[in-house]
Amino acid sequence: MGDAAETSDAPAKKRFLYVNRKAPHGTVYALEVLEMILVSAMFEQDVHVAFLDDGVFQLRKNQTPAVLEMKDFSKTYRALEDYGIEKIFLEKESMEERGLSSDDFIIPAAVLDRKQMAELMDSMDVVLSA
Amino acid sequence: MLHLVNKSPYERKTLEACLRRAIPGSAILLYEDAVYAALSGTSVAEAISKATNAFDVYVLAPDLAARGFDPAAVVDGVQTIDYDGFVDLTIAKRNVQSWL
Repeated sequence: MGDAAETSDAPAKKRFLYVNRKAPHGTVYALEVLEMILVSAMFEQDVHVAFLDDGVFQLRKNQTPAVLEMKDFSKTYRALEDYGIEKIFLEKESMEERGLSSDDFIIPAAVLDRKQMAELMDSMDVVLSA
Repeated sequence: MLHLVNKSPYERKTLEACLRRAIPGSAILLYEDAVYAALSGTSVAEAISKATNAFDVYVLAPDLAARGFDPAAVVDGVQTIDYDGFVDLTIAKRNVQSWL
């Protein structure tokens, strides 16, 4: 914090959090949120992206939805870094319940426990979730 | 009878609803987001392992692969099948129940 706007009429950056709680291919939520995140990158806000509950499966590596003739958007998560979106968080308990560990994911992410995740959400200006 | 389950066990209780009502000897096929139920080392693995004692439990390989998991990642006793196997099961069983 403390990054005050350069001039009085420049809008202050807001802290945005995108909350992903759905598995990637059974519904369209994951893809829709990913597209929303990419659009949001154009508005130069302070973007955070969290994966919890079944959302942790979105970052699972080795996904091959082409076998279902579906779009493989998991590789697009790798592009988030190029859009300046580097604040990526995974919830520890969600990973553990699902038998996943840190090396199972397509991009690096900070692992937060449930309490820390709750605090992250609480600290945001805007929370968008699916 | 063939029971079809397609929802994640972490988000919905349709697998539980199925397991409570399926008669021993029935076949249960996990597909779409229900394939997550078939994975070993999870909080639901024990329930699935137990289910394999009473039922023929199958998981659909293309749905596993799409989600980044190998057949080797499934609980012992769960059988991996492809679309042809799905069709064969449907034909072999007298009736089918979808737990949506």
